[in-house]
Amino acid sequence: MIAVEKVSIRLGGASVVDGVSLEVADGGWTMLIGPNGAGKTSLLRAVAGLAAHTGSIELDGREVAGLAARERGRMVAVVPQAPLLPAQMTVSEYVLLGRTPHLGYLGRAGARDRQAVDDAIGRLALRCLGARRLDELSGGERQRAVLARAIAQGAPVLVLDEPTTALDVGRQQEVLELVSELRAERGLTVLAATHDLTLAGQYAERLVLLDGGRVAAEGSAAQVLTEELITRHYRARLRVEQVGETPVVLPTRREVVVR
Amino acid sequence: MSRATAIDQRASAVRARRAATAGGGVPWPWGLGGATALAVAVLAGLGLGPAGIAPGAIAGELLSRVPVVRVGQPLSALEATVLWELRAPRVALGALVGAMLASAGGAYQAVFRNPLADPYLLGVAAGAGLGATAAIAYAGGGELLPVAAFAGATVAVTAAYLLGRSVGGRATATLILAGVAVAAFLTAAQSFVLQQNAESVQSVYAWLLGRLSTSGWGDVLTVLPYVAVSLVVIVVHRRVLDVLRVGDEEAASLGVPVARVRFVVVAAATLGTAAAVAVSGLIGFVGIVIPHAVRLLAGSSYRVVMPLAPVLGAAFLVLADVVARTALSPAELPIGVVTAFVGAPFFVVVLRTTRTAGP
Repeated sequence: MIAVEKVSIRLGGASVVDGVSLEVADGGWTMLIGPNGAGKTSLLRAVAGLAAHTGSIELDGREVAGLAARERGRMVAVVPQAPLLPAQMTVSEYVLLGRTPHLGYLGRAGARDRQAVDDAIGRLALRCLGARRLDELSGGERQRAVLARAIAQGAPVLVLDEPTTALDVGRQQEVLELVSELRAERGLTVLAATHDLTLAGQYAERLVLLDGGRVAAEGSAAQVLTEELITRHYRARLRVEQVGETPVVLPTRREVVVR
Repeated sequence: MSRATAIDQRASAVRARRAATAGGGVPWPWGLGGATALAVAVLAGLGLGPAGIAPGAIAGELLSRVPVVRVGQPLSALEATVLWELRAPRVALGALVGAMLASAGGAYQAVFRNPLADPYLLGVAAGAGLGATAAIAYAGGGELLPVAAFAGATVAVTAAYLLGRSVGGRATATLILAGVAVAAFLTAAQSFVLQQNAESVQSVYAWLLGRLSTSGWGDVLTVLPYVAVSLVVIVVHRRVLDVLRVGDEEAASLGVPVARVRFVVVAAATLGTAAAVAVSGLIGFVGIVIPHAVRLLAGSSYRVVMPLAPVLGAAFLVLADVVARTALSPAELPIGVVTAFVGAPFFVVVLRTTRTAGP
C-alpha cells in the first residue's frame, strides 16, 4: 500500500507540491492527472524515494525516506518520463539492470536473476529483440524494454510517469493493457501520471486531479472527469461524453469566422 | 504434464542461460587477443634495443630462473644485466602506467558519463605539473619530484571535489567545472613559478612530455601498490558502472548509492593516476583512446571495458616505449609524443571501421 500524508516538495525555492495526501490500496491503480506543472512528476519522484519532501510517504507501512537505497529498489520500481537508454546496450543487458537491487553492491547475477529477466522479456514479448541494441528499437519497443526492466525488478509497487507519451494509440493501449494484466497477475500496486484523460479513466480505479501542487479532486473516473472540473483546471475547451461506462474527454475547437 | 510443457520449460531455461551470458564479461577472443598483445609487447620491450635479445633467448633465461625446473639456457652476464636491470623495470613500469591510465580513463568516462573524460579531468595533470615544476625549480628535482607531483595531483582533485560539492551538490557537470577552475588556477601558478625560474624550463618540459627513461625497480615498486589497489577497486565496480549508464536518478531508483560509488571510483582512479604521473610525467592519449578502442572493438559494457582496457593500455604503452627508445636511437623520443603520434591514426582507423562510440 502507498500512503501519502501531507507531503510538500519545494524545488529551487518554489513550492511544487503542497500538502498532498492520498492512498493507493494493495493491488490498486491510481492515476495522477493535472495540467503541466501540477506537481505530478515531483510527487511520483517523492514516492519512489528520489525527491526530498516534508510529510510522510509510507510503502507497506515503512517510511520511504528511511529505506536504504537497495531496500527501496526492491520495494518500488520506476518507469521515468524520459528514461536514459544507453545506445549500445542490448535489450537483455538493459532488463538485467532491473535486478540491481537484488544483487548487492559488488554481487553477480545468479540463476534467479536470470529467470526473472527471462520472464520479464517473455512477458513483454521482447524475446526476439533480446540481442538488439536499444538505439535500434522503435518507440513502442523501447517503452516495453523499460517496462520489462521495471518488471524484472520484482517490486510490489510500480510508479509510471507518463508511460504512454510519444506512443501511437495502439501502443498506448498495448502498454496500459500490459500494466493492467501484470497488476492482476502479480498483485502490483500502481501509481501513474498521465495526460490522456480518457485512457486514465478507462484503466485506473481512481483518479487524483492535481493543480498547483494540491489535490483538486479525487475519486472514480465519473467523479473526476467532469466537464466542469477538467475545463476549470486545464483551462481548456472540451466536452465529456459518456461512452458505455467510461467518460470520453473530447477537446473542442474554437469557432473561427473566416471572411 | 504434457511433453509440450516440458519442452517449453527446457527452452525457457536455455533462454535464461543465454540472457545471462549476453554481455556477461570479456568475450573470449578478445581476452585471448589482449593477453597475446601484452605478451608480444613485453617480449618486444625486453628484446628490442641497441643490444637485441631474441625472444627464444629471453624464454630460455626466464625458464632457467624457474626454481626446481631450470631447463632453460641462461643469458650471458652482460645480456642478463641489460635484461633485468635496464629493460625489465622499464617494461614493468610502462605496463603499470599504461594499465593505470587506460583504467582510470574508462572509470572517469563511466562516472561522469562523458566520452571526453580522461584521467586528468579533475586537475591531476595541473596539480602534478605544479608540484613537479616547484620541485624542479626550488629543489632541483631528484627524489622530491615524484612526491611533489603526487601531492600536487591529489590536492588538486580533492580541491575540485570539495569545491564541486559545496557549489552544486551532486551534479557531475558542477564537478567537472570545478576541476576546470582548479586546473586553470594551478596551471597559472605553474606558469608563474616557471617564469620566475627560467633555467628549469628544459627539465620541466621534459617531465611534462612524459618519460619512462630514468626508471629502475624502485619506481616500479613505488607505483605498484597504488596501481594494484586502484585497478582492483575499479574492476570490482564494473557492474555498478554499467548501472550508472542509465543516469544518476534511475541508478538511484535501482538501489545504487550513486554519490558513494562516484566518490570511491574517482578516489581510486585519482590515487592510481597520481602515482603513475609522479614517476612517468604526463603521458596523454592512453586514458582516452584505449577505453574507446575497447568499446568499439569488443563491446561497450563496463564488464568488458574495465578488465580489458588495462591489459591493452599496458600493451600499448610498452610498445610506445619501444618506439620511443628505438626510432631515433641513440636519442630518445618523449613517450607522450609517441602515444599521440601512433595512437591518433590508430584511433581514426578503429573509428572508421566500426560503429559510433559512446560511454
